[in-house]
Amino acid sequence: MAIGKIHTKIESIVGNVITVKADGVRNGDLAEITSGGKKSLANVIKLDNDKVSLQVFAGGQGVSTGDSVKFLGVPMRVSASENMLGRIFNGAGEPRDNGPEMTEDLIEIGGPSVNPSRRIVPKNMIRTGIPMIDMFNTLVESQKLPIFSVSGEPYNELLARIAMQAEVDVIILGGMGLKYDDYLYFRETLEKSGALSHTIMFVHTASDPTVECTLVPDMSLAVAEKFALEGKKVLVLLTDMTNFCDALKETAITMEQVPSNRGYPGDLYSALASRYEKAVDFEGAGSVTILGVTTMPGDDVTHPVPDNTGYITEGQYYLKNGHIEPFGSLSRLKQNVNKDTRDDHRALMDGMIKLYSAYKDSLEKKSMGFSMSDWDEKLLKYGEAFESRLMDLKVNIPLEEALDEGWKILSECFEPNETALRTDLIEKYWPKK
Amino acid sequence: MQLKTGHVVGVNGNMVNVRFDTDVIKNEVGYIRVGDVRLKSEVIRITDGIAAMQVYEMTGGIKVGDAVEFSGELLSVELGPGLLTQVFDGLQNPLPELSKRCGFFLQRGVYVEPIPNNEWEFTPTRKVGDQIEAGDSFGTVPEGIFTHKIMAPFSLVGSWTIKSIKEKGKYHAKDTICVIENEKGETKDLSMIITQPVKVAIKGYSERVRPDEPMVTKIRLIDTFLPVAKGGTYCTPGPFGAGKTVLQHLTSRNADVDVVIIAACGERAGEVVEILKEFPELIDPKTGKSLMERTIIICNTSSMPVAAREASVYTAVTMAEYYRNMGLDVLLLADSTSRWAQAMREMSGRLEEIPGDEAFPAYLESRISEFYERAGKVRLKDGSFGSVTIGGTVSPAGGNFEEPVTQATLKVVGAFHGLSRERSDARKYPAIDPLDSWSKYEGIIPRMDVEEAYYYVRKGNEVNQMMKVVGEEGTSLEDYIVYQKEELVDAVYLQQNSFDPVDSAVTVDRQRYTFNVLLEILRSDFDLEDKKDARLYFNQMRQLFIDWNGTERENENFAKREKALREHIESRRKR
Repeated sequence: MAIGKIHTKIESIVGNVITVKADGVRNGDLAEITSGGKKSLANVIKLDNDKVSLQVFAGGQGVSTGDSVKFLGVPMRVSASENMLGRIFNGAGEPRDNGPEMTEDLIEIGGPSVNPSRRIVPKNMIRTGIPMIDMFNTLVESQKLPIFSVSGEPYNELLARIAMQAEVDVIILGGMGLKYDDYLYFRETLEKSGALSHTIMFVHTASDPTVECTLVPDMSLAVAEKFALEGKKVLVLLTDMTNFCDALKETAITMEQVPSNRGYPGDLYSALASRYEKAVDFEGAGSVTILGVTTMPGDDVTHPVPDNTGYITEGQYYLKNGHIEPFGSLSRLKQNVNKDTRDDHRALMDGMIKLYSAYKDSLEKKSMGFSMSDWDEKLLKYGEAFESRLMDLKVNIPLEEALDEGWKILSECFEPNETALRTDLIEKYWPKK
Repeated sequence: MQLKTGHVVGVNGNMVNVRFDTDVIKNEVGYIRVGDVRLKSEVIRITDGIAAMQVYEMTGGIKVGDAVEFSGELLSVELGPGLLTQVFDGLQNPLPELSKRCGFFLQRGVYVEPIPNNEWEFTPTRKVGDQIEAGDSFGTVPEGIFTHKIMAPFSLVGSWTIKSIKEKGKYHAKDTICVIENEKGETKDLSMIITQPVKVAIKGYSERVRPDEPMVTKIRLIDTFLPVAKGGTYCTPGPFGAGKTVLQHLTSRNADVDVVIIAACGERAGEVVEILKEFPELIDPKTGKSLMERTIIICNTSSMPVAAREASVYTAVTMAEYYRNMGLDVLLLADSTSRWAQAMREMSGRLEEIPGDEAFPAYLESRISEFYERAGKVRLKDGSFGSVTIGGTVSPAGGNFEEPVTQATLKVVGAFHGLSRERSDARKYPAIDPLDSWSKYEGIIPRMDVEEAYYYVRKGNEVNQMMKVVGEEGTSLEDYIVYQKEELVDAVYLQQNSFDPVDSAVTVDRQRYTFNVLLEILRSDFDLEDKKDARLYFNQMRQLFIDWNGTERENENFAKREKALREHIESRRKR
């Protein structure tokens, strides 16, 4: 039995993967490598007779062929106790905040999938105070939704805002390849707002070893699942999933796997799906909602990462030019909830988007030098009001106020019969002069 | 029989290398013992005394030296009464039953009997002394809305004589109800359940015939313009968000077939949940019973083990063939075949095979055509007909149809319903592109007439493209009217409102009736002054037509609205 025994003959070191000879090692188990006095964890990713390939979390750099490897006989685990709240960890699950190490209530990461027959149809809205989300593409409990964004857009600010305002019990932030500044930003913002006390952060920064990046989603989601089973509403924020995919790519290429599309491994879809599908509403217990960030290299939605993500998630938010685009953004589950909010919600949502689309046409006509009709002028006025009073990410109002604001904008720009809204709704909600 | 065994010598992802002690069969099922669980796997390659096995479960915890048992049988499904209304995973484990045993999560190594050992009212149709062969029916039981034929296993070789058969009465599914004997004196006990390897197509019919009868979906764009035949094949590629799954759900609800098998292969679990909650409450207009009564769901969603995903489409098509051999029309909907192809790609990568295009294995095309070739209409030995229709969605990377899975699929299917991002963005549903798509089958309307309507769609589209360059001013009134006609066809016929109770499902009669009115409009010349006049005139026409579309045929307004529409047409029609 190799458990506990120390092996000192490392046969090969390629990238972050080392190979040692050992017997009785189980696939997926952890090992501890002592290299130059420093310890790092590694997990078994391949077995071939007595040759064991391990992925070293701290990276292959500086590992000597004479370093010692000790097999721990357990798979990768993470603590899921209440004491985790308010704490910050790195991608290997070690404290980043100088607090004590967590060893209680350890659970395995990357656990089995939920039985589809036990899933229920999601039905609760998550309020964020952002009209473009609450009113137009409602976020639903247990939804999995990415924010598609170009680098440079304020996606982390958006995530932080949602984290602070969302009415949930526990927030788990998984940071992958975060810039150190962004990490500090998250920490300070959550601290200031008081949300940190019910937040757990797993943060891998851009300067940390690549392998740790690939562990962040699994750890975040394993802990989230545990809390959800205990009846908590959990919101998991993952930023940035493109970095996660790039880390997978790096490992796959080192392992000499045949790449499929732009160098990404052939199992990219399955790898993403097994994470995103952790979003669930447990009947009689809590729920896991996942909001991720996927940066699109070159604003290209057909890039393998956003493309595979789009096939898995239940819609997407497009973040462009500092606001959530009304076109292209989609919450596939909004129909489940927006029928029960207020009777004008659905009609107003559709009506305002149709008018905004007409505004875009008028804008195009104007830019091409065509003359503007009365109707065009009205639309131009409407479009500007819509953008500044509802689309702007600074706007922070509850859904009901957003709906009222919508009616106000309509009444300032149009006659009731120009809005194509149902007469009964107009009678009920059109602001009286 | 001596138990065949081996032991693990290597693990790489979901592939495990096994050194075997006795003979092994390619594609036979084996179980890897890990602690006290047994993980189902399949031999997919044998080299130098090592069997490469794909494991249908997660492989964490397997170690070198773990024992392996070989079953001697190919990956199989059980077929018999009690399949309908069930929800299985890709390996035919009933998911509700699994959740009763394991709770919220799918625990690995837990396998459950797919068909419950229920009692059925058996009626023999053969008697002692009769000769039977593979696939011959020797009795029936009533299963929900059908008479379920009990058949001899399809693996039988040669002719067998019935030695004994149970009388009419109630028996359990697993009871021996018939004993048969062959010339060599070997005997076999038959029950209501038979096992069938999933990758072997079920035969047992007289001959395959050409699919010639349309399978009505009640979607106008499909039935009229891009028809699918019973026993035919079609594919629905499209980028994400274009409505592939919604279209399949609509088809699974409305299709004019006896049995629908939905293979949710590597897609979102939430979508399956919608079917699970919705179908039991929807009434099938054909039978008056719940839609679930004619449905089987095979559900291997994206987060479930990838090897079982590969098996799930075969599990589904084997069940489809089984019901076909009872003389029923079966529709198999696979969503999505790209995920199935990706599962093959993952396995091929682990086997270190030389990759083809986009790292898909070289045998991708032959696997895809083998699968679609299992569709077809057959004449059974008793003279009746049965069919398996296969509709597969494809999820091309980046929405680009020039990729291996879409291209390989297009080679073998009889109809292509390509979904377009432009149409779905413009909220034009179903978002099937009428110009790119095609069908080789005969529909419900004579081809000549369809072609004529198509001419206007194509021509109007050209005018529209041209107008984007030269503007409305540079377009002649004549062309502009063609464009308006095309817009009309699109708005009142190609698009269909799936939320409207009347418009969401249109019967064949009504499609024919409406189409003829539409054709009349297309053929007519109108007396219109200028483009503005034309636009207003056609806008009104569109409104009247849509109102008419949304009216039930039995409703008194139907005739009234038709009259209003016809009057509007006549008001400007040139004689």
